Amino acid sequence: MSETRTITVTVNGARHEKTVPVRLTLADFLRQKLGLTGTHLGCEHGVCGACTVLFDGRSARACLMLAAQADGHDVMTVEGLAPGGGDKLHPLQQAFRDHHGLQCGFCTPGILLTLLELLRDNPNPTERDIRVGLSGNLCRCTGYHNIVVAALDAAKVLDDRRQTTDDGTGKLS
Amino acid sequence: MKPPLFSYHDPRNPAEVIGLLTSLDNAKLLAGGQSLMPMLAMRYVLPDHVIDLNRVDGLSYIRTKDGAIEIGAMTRQRDLEFSALVRERCPLMHEAIGHVGHRQTRNRGTLGGSLCHLDPAAELVAVAAALDATLSVVGGNGARTIAFTDFPAGYMTPALAADEFLTGASFPLWSQRHGYGFVEFSRRHGDFAIVAAAALLEEDGAGKVTRASLTLGGLGPAPVRAREVERALLGETIEDKRLREVCASLRKLDAVDDIHAPASYRQHLAAVLSRRALLKAHERIVARTC
Repeated sequence: MSETRTITVTVNGARHEKTVPVRLTLADFLRQKLGLTGTHLGCEHGVCGACTVLFDGRSARACLMLAAQADGHDVMTVEGLAPGGGDKLHPLQQAFRDHHGLQCGFCTPGILLTLLELLRDNPNPTERDIRVGLSGNLCRCTGYHNIVVAALDAAKVLDDRRQTTDDGTGKLS
Repeated sequence: MKPPLFSYHDPRNPAEVIGLLTSLDNAKLLAGGQSLMPMLAMRYVLPDHVIDLNRVDGLSYIRTKDGAIEIGAMTRQRDLEFSALVRERCPLMHEAIGHVGHRQTRNRGTLGGSLCHLDPAAELVAVAAALDATLSVVGGNGARTIAFTDFPAGYMTPALAADEFLTGASFPLWSQRHGYGFVEFSRRHGDFAIVAAAALLEEDGAGKVTRASLTLGGLGPAPVRAREVERALLGETIEDKRLREVCASLRKLDAVDDIHAPASYRQHLAAVLSRRALLKAHERIVARTC
């Protein structure tokens, strides 16, 4: 008999209360219990970075956490990126579209959330900063070039926007 | 769902952890989860109980006390990376952290998790050896300290009793004028090192070495201090040619063969990386006094 826990997790601003097996990973919780399949699972042992989410604002591999550990915490997935959840894209998503940074798209959600944290911590990154920052995200299309170009473009768009609408909170969207 | 079946415990204070460790059989402690979670997913470990330390109070701190930096076992590697105190007073650790995994893993990974997992090539393990860290543990018989030299009981096995766990580590500070260098060779950025070298130096006004520490990670089951080299450097002036001579002896250290590199290559790296780490440490002293 599998042991369970009842947990309350805030995901993309919405509170969810669910009863889950204690061995369920956070990644499986997001995909299977909440239907948020934007978080992709590649290796399921912490190498590929596809399942990267923001946990209390910090990037983390959702396959290396238990859902039970997220009880009382705040999670952001790729579904929370676009403002208002409508047709508008976040500048990072737009830049990936403009520069063909998606390719097959499998690694994209993890890369977007990794970059969201990176650009928040470092609004003016160099190409090297981005390459090092993405070193924990594997793209099997092996086309990092367009990903890096898209990231640099997004950094510029976000920085311009920050300078015109700086409300002092440092928030990106 | 890849992890095996287990019971999950999330104690709130050290006394509860000790109570669980004393009463439960086949329990594993979960710190940052960056090693244990993959091991569970691959079912290398099959614990009946997982004791999660993430909600235990008082295990996350960075502070100076009595000439040392004290760091809580559950302090995230990210917090070490961005700590001004660590950067200023324990720069060897700051430099080493840049080689530990990636942003996503450092956000979760902890100092204590890395030290207790005791991977032979782990950067923080090498730093603990280089700085002669002292570890604080608590268990059913109370608290005790362990010198880092006595901590590795074997390959990836810390010298902890079944009812004990690590609460923190103390890293003695070197003088404000010391030099440091951490260099490693790995296949990809963020991988464990094939070999890593950690060097610390202090020199007098005439540039003669007054204190030296040289540690090599990745050669064998635990990091090794190159005591002969440390002694040979005392009173010497650091320059490339002399370092080549002194470090040549490191090619005789015991080293393991594995899928990543043969022993002879590790021995070669030991000599080359040690020289580079020592040069870096020396150059930093020079840069500071200029």
